[in-house]
Amino acid sequence: MGELKLMKGNEALAEAAIRAGVDGYFGYPITPQSEVIEYLMAEKPHDRTGMVVLQAESEVAAINMLYGAGATGKKAMTSSSSPGISLMQEGLSYLAGAEIPCVVANIVRGGPGLGDIQPAQSDYFQSVKGGGHGDYRLPVLAPASVQEMSDFVPLSFDLAFKYRTPVLIVSDGLIGQMMEKVELFDTMPRLTDEEVTARYPWGTNGKPKGGERRIMTSLDLDPHKLEKHNFHLQDKYRTLEEDEVKYELIDCDDADYVIVAYGSSSRIAQKSIQLARKEGIKVGLLRPITLWPFPKKQINALIKQGVKGFLSVEMSAGQMVEDILLTVGDRTKVAHFGRYGGVIHSPEEVLEALKQKIIGG
Amino acid sequence: MSDIHTLSVQDIIKPENLVYEKTKLMTDKTLSYCPGCGHGTAHRLMMEAIEELGKENDTIGVAPVGCSVLAYEFMNVDMQEAAHGRAPAVATGIKRVWPNKLVFTYQGDGDLAAIGTGETIHACNRGEQIVMVFINNGIYGMTGGQMAPTTLPEMKTSTSPYGRDVNMMGNPLKMTELIAQLPGTHYVTRQAVHTPAAARKTKRAFKKAFQNQIDGKPGVSFVEVVSNCNSGWKMTPIDSNKWMEENMFPFYELGDIKVDGKLIEK
Ligand SMILES: Cc1ncc(C[n+]2csc(CCOP(=O)(O)OP(=O)(O)O)c2C)c(N)n1
Ligand code: SF4
Repeated sequence: MGELKLMKGNEALAEAAIRAGVDGYFGYPITPQSEVIEYLMAEKPHDRTGMVVLQAESEVAAINMLYGAGATGKKAMTSSSSPGISLMQEGLSYLAGAEIPCVVANIVRGGPGLGDIQPAQSDYFQSVKGGGHGDYRLPVLAPASVQEMSDFVPLSFDLAFKYRTPVLIVSDGLIGQMMEKVELFDTMPRLTDEEVTARYPWGTNGKPKGGERRIMTSLDLDPHKLEKHNFHLQDKYRTLEEDEVKYELIDCDDADYVIVAYGSSSRIAQKSIQLARKEGIKVGLLRPITLWPFPKKQINALIKQGVKGFLSVEMSAGQMVEDILLTVGDRTKVAHFGRYGGVIHSPEEVLEALKQKIIGG
Repeated sequence: MSDIHTLSVQDIIKPENLVYEKTKLMTDKTLSYCPGCGHGTAHRLMMEAIEELGKENDTIGVAPVGCSVLAYEFMNVDMQEAAHGRAPAVATGIKRVWPNKLVFTYQGDGDLAAIGTGETIHACNRGEQIVMVFINNGIYGMTGGQMAPTTLPEMKTSTSPYGRDVNMMGNPLKMTELIAQLPGTHYVTRQAVHTPAAARKTKRAFKKAFQNQIDGKPGVSFVEVVSNCNSGWKMTPIDSNKWMEENMFPFYELGDIKVDGKLIEK
């Protein structure tokens, strides 16, 4: 059993970064995630593991610091919230193009624009459909508890290095700010310089003696070569879709209806399911843990099983619902419900929407 | 039969005849620069400096977006290609996790002094232990000769076709003087590469800059090279160098601006 602590989601994420052997964290303050860098600065991770923490002058600079550090084979991480993540989109596109591993956490707040500082899930499109320019995808993990804020950090780095890709952790202001019990995993030592060099021969950390220099770039002026590089990226994305889908099913075995919800919304939906079942309505929950790759196969399995409708519950005007619709087509009913702009729906509102839009509708 | 021996090239290529050799830290790839452009000379001098310091296996360079976007094709050390203007942030990321390696950026004026102003000033202000090389040719070469932050007053470019009107388009930015004011810079100098004498001085400046980093001197070592863009300026290479001496040098004065963390009194 690991160390048990009562922590905020943001603090758990920060502590997990230290314990996961991250080499460099580069960030810029923004509510509701400033606790991440505050916690890291207070913890003096350099004394604990040798981890470097730097407050950048902007999110643009921070993401490019990740580019530099990540391209050498070191573990680099940042976190921010919606407006800051928008500023990082150029960098994410370059990171995806150059295939540089790193982890970026988005503690989503209400938008568009400066929006507010309340929890929201309205960055789904930006997270799973690109955000930056070009044909690329990013694996996106959505924690639904403080525990997962901790656990998903090493998980994200595993994916990032396995596939040489940036990985997004998409949480929201509710999970970031709330306190819960968390079981912390044991500290994994940071890799030594020699281990990094041996393990990641692509890392640009000084030309090997007697070897060839390494180049980290997303540029290829020859369109045919760039197309080939894109084919390679698409192959990688197909493998991710095949092998890395993660989800959780709750009460789906006998369900007539299924709520699809991630992060905070999935927590609220669990309560809605209990309320529904008290009334004799058999509702289950499909919680995508990876927002991309999306659990399409699981949705198909639920349709086969006889589910008569899906309600996408998101703290947005309806974004993930489009991916559900792409999978379901006209085979069964699909609808969206959610409050947004920083407003959180109640379990009762969700149940009411289920009745109106799916059961009765 | 004449016994006059005609020399062939092969007869000349002998170790005892060797007076000059391309540094092995430049690849054999043909430079993509316009004939007469200063970029190639600046590349070579930098690479010679790194070779002479014995640091080829401990150096990581960051290329910009601009004509020298392909610097990584020519510089035979580990290289990263940054987004436009972001090289100082990229270099910061590298240096912070590999503090014992030599890290440099190589950037044009659009890259370093326009879109990347924030990254430049803050890397300099934090005192990152990196070398920054700034090629100032007063124009955007790569995109076809548009106005740069360093374009001189009245200078014609494709986006200031009637000359730079400073009241409307702003004044040329002396980024090098600006960052020299910051406590985070250790060595700041402005050089040129258009004559053998200037090139020799620039090489000394590069060596000093990298030596500072090897010695762990606190802060950025910053080498500006005032250079020509004969294509963008629409001149022959010779005319462009003359124009540079007559117009650029009076505004962008050559010489050391800050040495060992101290501003030079002028
Ligand atoms: C974000 C972004 N904006 C604009 C460009 C287009 N662009 C490429 S190079 C360049 C200017 C380069 O000029 P400079 O830095 O002076 O270098 P030079 O080509 O003169 O060596 C611009 C505007 C780009 N690649 N990326
Ligand atoms: S366009 Fe100008 S800066 Fe670019 S290679 Fe040609 S001469 Fe040099």
